[in-house]
Amino acid sequence: MVGTTQYLVLGAVLFCIGVAGVFIRRNAIVVFMCIELMLSAVNLTFIALSRSQGSIDGQIFVFFIMTVAAAEAAVGLAIILSLYRRRQTINVDEFDLLKW
Amino acid sequence: MEQLLFWLWGGIAVIFAVMMILKRNPVHSALCLVVVFVSLAPLYVLLGAEFLAAVQVIVYAGAIMVLFLFVIMLLNLDAEVRSQGLSRVAFKACSLAGTGLLLVLLLGGGAVKALRAMAPEQVSGVPGNTQAVAELLFTKYLLPFEVTSILLLAAIVGALVLAGKRD
Repeated sequence: MVGTTQYLVLGAVLFCIGVAGVFIRRNAIVVFMCIELMLSAVNLTFIALSRSQGSIDGQIFVFFIMTVAAAEAAVGLAIILSLYRRRQTINVDEFDLLKW
Repeated sequence: MEQLLFWLWGGIAVIFAVMMILKRNPVHSALCLVVVFVSLAPLYVLLGAEFLAAVQVIVYAGAIMVLFLFVIMLLNLDAEVRSQGLSRVAFKACSLAGTGLLLVLLLGGGAVKALRAMAPEQVSGVPGNTQAVAELLFTKYLLPFEVTSILLLAAIVGALVLAGKRD
């Protein structure tokens, strides 16, 4: 029997690896993959807590998160594609139009 | 046995997640992420969520990651160029993420204790998990389920508009 705490710690560790990846990587696609990793870590937390509460509702939430992640991946990758067509790069340091 | 499986798959997930953010080639990063997603599926099975384990492998490791790989190959990228002062940024990022992790663990400990007090730990997973999920999905969560289909339609149209060929 693995305790809920262990799963929550694993979820937190994976989430923070994703956060670190978002900060240190400069490739927009890899940043995007780190966001997917963070979503997955949250899914793990949801399922662990769903078991500890003895309710299945958390799993339904994970189902919806997966759907949103799929939609997000499709739209996000389309945005990255059109960015690449315009600027010939997907280095996130190059996209500073909104900075001042 | 369960402990062993948890440490095995949890360890694989963490190791490959770290490798994902360290690899310079985006294709290697994507393949590492596939391993992370696949290694999360057994953990879902251990938690009694067989249906979501299957969905994890099919949708995440299958569909979404293939999409990522397609786009990486479409863009024909080289390995990431090292930007100036990266080590300083990396140090800052890692210390930030580490502090966040510590904070989450400290705060989360209290939250978990509170949750435990609310409901006793229930060990037995619901038998016939897929059936239970479907029943809840098509009764209590019917409206969100239908809204999801609209979301997916919007995503398809949006992706076509954004990435489609312009004349």
